[in-house]
Amino acid sequence: MNILWLQASGCGGCTMSLLCAEAPGAFEALEAAGLRFLWHPALSLATGAEVRAILRRIDSGEVALDVLCVEGAIARGPRGSGRFQMLSGVGVSMLDAVRRLAPLAGHVVAVGSCAAFGGMTSAGGNPSDAVGLHYEGAHPGGVLPPEFRGRAGLGVINIAGCPTHPGWVTETLMLLAAGALTAEGLDRLGRPRFYADHLVHHGCPKNEYYEYKASARAPGEIGCMMEHMGCIGTQAVGDCNIRPWNGGGSCTSAGYACINCTAPEFEEPRHPYTETPKVGGIPVGLPSDMPKAWFMALASLSKAATPDRIRKNAIADRIEVPPTLRTPKR
Amino acid sequence: MTRLVVGPFNRVEGDLEVHLEIAEGKVTLARVNAPLYRGFERMLEGRDPRDALTITPRICGICSISQSVAAARALGAAMGVAPTPEGARVAALIHAIENAADHVAHFNLFFMPDFTRPGYARRGWHARAVDRFTAIEGSAQREAVAARAALMHVLGQLAGKWPHTLAVQPGGVTRAPGPAEKMRILASLRGFRRYLEKVVFGAPVEDFVALGAESALMRWGKGDAGLFLEIAADLDLAAMGRGAGRYLAFGAYPLATGPAFPAGVWEKTGGPRALDPAGIREDLAYSWMMGAASHPSTGQTLPDEDMRGPAYSWCKAPRLEGQPMEVGAIARQVIAGHPLARDLARQGGVLARVAGRLLELARTQILMERLATDIDTSARFMAAPVAVPDAGSGAGLVEAARGALGHWLTIRKGVIANYQIVAPTTWNFSPRDAAGVPGPLEAALLGAQVWPDEPTPLSVQHIVRSFDPCMVCTVH
Repeated sequence: MNILWLQASGCGGCTMSLLCAEAPGAFEALEAAGLRFLWHPALSLATGAEVRAILRRIDSGEVALDVLCVEGAIARGPRGSGRFQMLSGVGVSMLDAVRRLAPLAGHVVAVGSCAAFGGMTSAGGNPSDAVGLHYEGAHPGGVLPPEFRGRAGLGVINIAGCPTHPGWVTETLMLLAAGALTAEGLDRLGRPRFYADHLVHHGCPKNEYYEYKASARAPGEIGCMMEHMGCIGTQAVGDCNIRPWNGGGSCTSAGYACINCTAPEFEEPRHPYTETPKVGGIPVGLPSDMPKAWFMALASLSKAATPDRIRKNAIADRIEVPPTLRTPKR
Repeated sequence: MTRLVVGPFNRVEGDLEVHLEIAEGKVTLARVNAPLYRGFERMLEGRDPRDALTITPRICGICSISQSVAAARALGAAMGVAPTPEGARVAALIHAIENAADHVAHFNLFFMPDFTRPGYARRGWHARAVDRFTAIEGSAQREAVAARAALMHVLGQLAGKWPHTLAVQPGGVTRAPGPAEKMRILASLRGFRRYLEKVVFGAPVEDFVALGAESALMRWGKGDAGLFLEIAADLDLAAMGRGAGRYLAFGAYPLATGPAFPAGVWEKTGGPRALDPAGIREDLAYSWMMGAASHPSTGQTLPDEDMRGPAYSWCKAPRLEGQPMEVGAIARQVIAGHPLARDLARQGGVLARVAGRLLELARTQILMERLATDIDTSARFMAAPVAVPDAGSGAGLVEAARGALGHWLTIRKGVIANYQIVAPTTWNFSPRDAAGVPGPLEAALLGAQVWPDEPTPLSVQHIVRSFDPCMVCTVH
């Protein structure tokens, strides 16, 4: 299977993250699955006129495009012209290039939350009028209409994340190469369910603090970050704490909030990222699928039951009180 | 005279288009266009100042931590907060790892593949270059990607993930490493040293750092660095893409004892002098931007949606006391006074930039090991919390892999009133200024050799990539 990868209006971080894949590495994983790049803007040799020739061959049908990967949102501004991002050397806006190439592709893959939904590129009044391929925020229909399907029949596959975990990208592409990704393998927002059926909360190293609502109050404290520090890992999809990042990390393991970067419109949380919005002292956002009354009841009960060890450690910058050791009975 | 438009220009981070005028086989005029506008500075207006720590790293997926550190410093200056000494040390380590990883990526993935082109098939080194640096398949590429991913384990530990971490804060870092974690960090760094010494340098990094002159460098002969130097001698990369010899650095890795690589200015004609950031102006004469030239603390980002001429780029044109300045690893090492870097700066071309990066990579390995060894795991890594003020301002001046990066923040009524960012490639790839003076890349391309039937001249590619441009930072 061939892949044409375009970097639209984004930071390039999903490619950088992809290069952090290990055992196997990104190149090895794709190669073993029979995937090869027709062109990748950060990695391929071809530049300038050689790239224009590749694009012409796809356009003319001489080369059948199997997978179009787009990283970054698509700028529609100024005034719908797309001229905030011109495909250099070609005289065509990225907006027009993607609209022309997408129907030619077997599969269209949005790599990262920008390409999926607009993402950070569409933050703060969206200066460049940026949008996702198949979604504008949470609403179906971006650069491509809601009814868009790739030649192979799927809508745009949204590997949302900011950045994407390298495994999300390699495994999605390997599933495509194996013909094993179906509409049932994607959630309502087009995200692969193999990671989107999990919550960031699953496997979070702060779970014991969460159980007792033993909360961090300031950066550096190791308690649960849901109550005060803006963490929404209990609502965010992702297997970030099940298959960690860069050999063993995650946002919450490093002591900062999950900001729900796999979700549409995470760029506009309507509150400071690292501060939990509250009404009457109660956090506004509830864990996914948790009835509010039960959450309130359980939270107040567990808070009251918080062991001293957990209460003290939650507001320390490291474990100060170790677990009590049980002595076996003689 | 013929005209040439070079693009899509790849193996650079982001979007770049180069317009050339060519006469008698030489580039006589170059105009560099950054054809992407996103407007990050505008997105920040009206938001809680702490949101800059989440948003600005996402300007760039390759300099993400540099943006984090600059934002944390600017916010800290406005809040009157500095990191604890150990917080500063770990932030410096986190930052150095990104910069070292970027240097490895640039050399192996972005710069060297150009020597595998068929145009060089008759050269004695070509077969070895093909074996090592063929895009995606070359053995050096595979080794570099693996070594880089393994080095990033330190960021998994300390920063949660890379890119886009929130671990770096005005008061320090969010995670306090314990004694065993420190051992793991040191083990990862030793693994990276093994890679550098076996593959890149073919000898102890200390030996490379001990080189004192270009003549000694050219006799190195070991590792992939040796292959590059053999190619550089054959193609005379020393004389290719020569810069003006005006270098600027904001100072890298601020520690309680001062920066590991100092701030300053160095000019071939005038030597070293202190940096006065008040002398910076962003000129807009040839940018698709409205408004007047101003210091970034009062600057604005008002895009001209009509993209009217004579402007030709979204990039602004920063100048220091009216002069374009080159930034990057070679600038840092020249300003740090390293004798090899000072010698290379006499020509300041492709060789100087790439060898300067290798020199800094070797020095950074030693620095990272020292930073990790010196971590006092019993200390505080985060200062006591301080509220964001209703009004204030601050600057965060740091060094990304690609050179000097500055954030200038103004807070009013508790929210961001103005945010200006000047990225390394904004300096290096700036368009002309009101006086008609071209940016550093535009100047360096003058005289570049263009052979007949070269739609994408190789010399132009070597020169452009020697700067390690990051266009997504440039145009934020």
